[in-house]
Amino acid sequence: MRASVRREVVIEVGADEAWAVVGRPETLHEWFPGVVDCTVEGDQRTITLRTGLSLDETILTNDPLQRRFQYRISGGLFREHLGSIDVIALGERRCLVTYASDVDPATMAIVLGGATGGALDELRGQLEGGTP
Amino acid sequence: MGRKILFITSDQQRYDTLGCNGGTVGRTPVLDGLAAEGIRYERAIPQSVVCMPSRSTMLTGQHPSTHGVWMNGVALPVDAPSVAAELHRAGYRTALVGKPHFEPFLDPFGRFVENGLSRAGVPTVTSPWADGTSGPHRGFEHLEFATHTPMGPLHYSRWLTANHPEATGGFYAVLDADLEVNAEGGGATGAPQVKDNPIPRDLYHTDWVADRTITWLDGLAADDDWFCWMSFPDPHHPWDPPGSEMGRVDWREVPLPAGYIEDPAERERVLDGKPRHWRAWYDGTLVSNYEAPTRWVPATLTADQVREVNARNAVEVELIDEAIGRVLAAVAARGWEDDVDVVFTTDHGELQGDFGLLFKGPYHVDGLMRLPLIWRPAPRAGVAPAVVTRPVGLVDLAPTFCEAAGLPAQPWMEGAALPVDDAAADAAGRTDRGVVTEWDSEVLGVDVHLRTITRDGWVCTTYRPGTVHDGGEGELYDLALDPLQQVNLWDDPARRSVRDETVEALRAQDRPARTPRLPVEAPV
Repeated sequence: MRASVRREVVIEVGADEAWAVVGRPETLHEWFPGVVDCTVEGDQRTITLRTGLSLDETILTNDPLQRRFQYRISGGLFREHLGSIDVIALGERRCLVTYASDVDPATMAIVLGGATGGALDELRGQLEGGTP
Repeated sequence: MGRKILFITSDQQRYDTLGCNGGTVGRTPVLDGLAAEGIRYERAIPQSVVCMPSRSTMLTGQHPSTHGVWMNGVALPVDAPSVAAELHRAGYRTALVGKPHFEPFLDPFGRFVENGLSRAGVPTVTSPWADGTSGPHRGFEHLEFATHTPMGPLHYSRWLTANHPEATGGFYAVLDADLEVNAEGGGATGAPQVKDNPIPRDLYHTDWVADRTITWLDGLAADDDWFCWMSFPDPHHPWDPPGSEMGRVDWREVPLPAGYIEDPAERERVLDGKPRHWRAWYDGTLVSNYEAPTRWVPATLTADQVREVNARNAVEVELIDEAIGRVLAAVAARGWEDDVDVVFTTDHGELQGDFGLLFKGPYHVDGLMRLPLIWRPAPRAGVAPAVVTRPVGLVDLAPTFCEAAGLPAQPWMEGAALPVDDAAADAAGRTDRGVVTEWDSEVLGVDVHLRTITRDGWVCTTYRPGTVHDGGEGELYDLALDPLQQVNLWDDPARRSVRDETVEALRAQDRPARTPRLPVEAPV
């Protein structure tokens, strides 16, 4: 069974500042709790989790004009996956960041919902300079 | 020197599985003995009928609305109040051995402390405490974990995999290929979550939890004060006890439980008298929570399957009883017998055939809500044996531990020390106040919200608007006349005044939900 989850956070920085982090796929481990390493070659990204698990990903969209990043995890626990991060300006110094995960099996959507929510909290904490 | 505290929990165990509570399938002489020497509670009620919120209540002394773990998969914040931290601060040595489940198990990112301790090889880590200080994680200086399976990152799993890999393959796979609760049947009857497990008894997690508890106790000084939470993963499904022990109970000889209605038409009539998620789950048209197999339809449950599940459950309960006996013998060998308070309970019950159902969910009836609870105060305290019939809650445990340790209950605790008899309960106003149980769940587009009060011989559940409820539904049961809760009196005009009074008592205790609401991190 497939499921879709979305997490979001409002961050008190400009959208360009948030996109400067989100749009750099090689730095994911710096703001995604539980990701300890990240390598990018072309459109292929491999992330290593704290548990030692490794996930292979394909980057599908990295669009600085729309401020949209999309990727697909292949293999492992996932039959199907699409991750989408959008940075939406809400004002000169305010933006909304959404992180959506469309996943089969559905259980992993719930797990990714928790993990991506934690990542957005960390992103906000780092960008606003306070505690996430 | 204070009183030492041995806090023993099982997981998902019904009230009627103990001999002292009228159980006849399994033998529980150790717990029956503790009950005879101490206080046996006949209506102990959880504040949630699933693991994570209920265990969080035990630790914090708070209802789910307050501690914020509103459903399984929501992590208790690391700086949540903790009775173990209070005891540690007072000089107690503190340990939790066995199943924790304050944080999600399904954690591929390794985000949660519980899942990383074994791999890190440390007994605890320093975490922030609720008062702004810091100390051992949740107040425990020693943490050593196990759960129902040999899979995953907890201590028991890693120990078994490293030292006895041949024993790991006999367990039931709790989750299926979709990582949902497995519906596959096994045993003699094809009952879900049942499997013959050839594992030797001494490698099974029940004995491991007792062994590790004894090892920790053996390392303490004779005059140490200590608080040890020994937390058995059984008799929670899967029902896969060691094969060598299966001869204890012949499932063919197990009587059907009183709550199992044999005639399907009568069973369905009873279910139809309840809010509609009951029948919808039974028919397989609604899955409202993650705790039961999504691919299993309760209407397919046979009488023999109920017998086999109950037999296996009884075997697991007997093994726990014997493991407790070993730990108590170790306590006695240290000369601590007169100084130790022993508290035994569980986090919630199991439907185990009632209404033709298994497992658990948003169903606030005795199968899930009436728990075994025994408090054997330290003999030197001179507390007379008693039976308490008045309702008490797991929310009362934390203040009870404080009292045993000679500490005041903390202001953040929402319960009160357990009464030592009915007169004490009445004097404390417990009879009027009753005990509240909460349910909230939101799983893949389906939300369910219940609030229940057990008070003055009645159990009353109100519903809030959700996917299959408009908020006007309810359940009202007379515990004296209808001990199996088969006749819902919610819409009975003759009981309108009781209903109104009980609902008012429930609403008077309505607690605001923690804000912001804690996120769901995983399904379990």
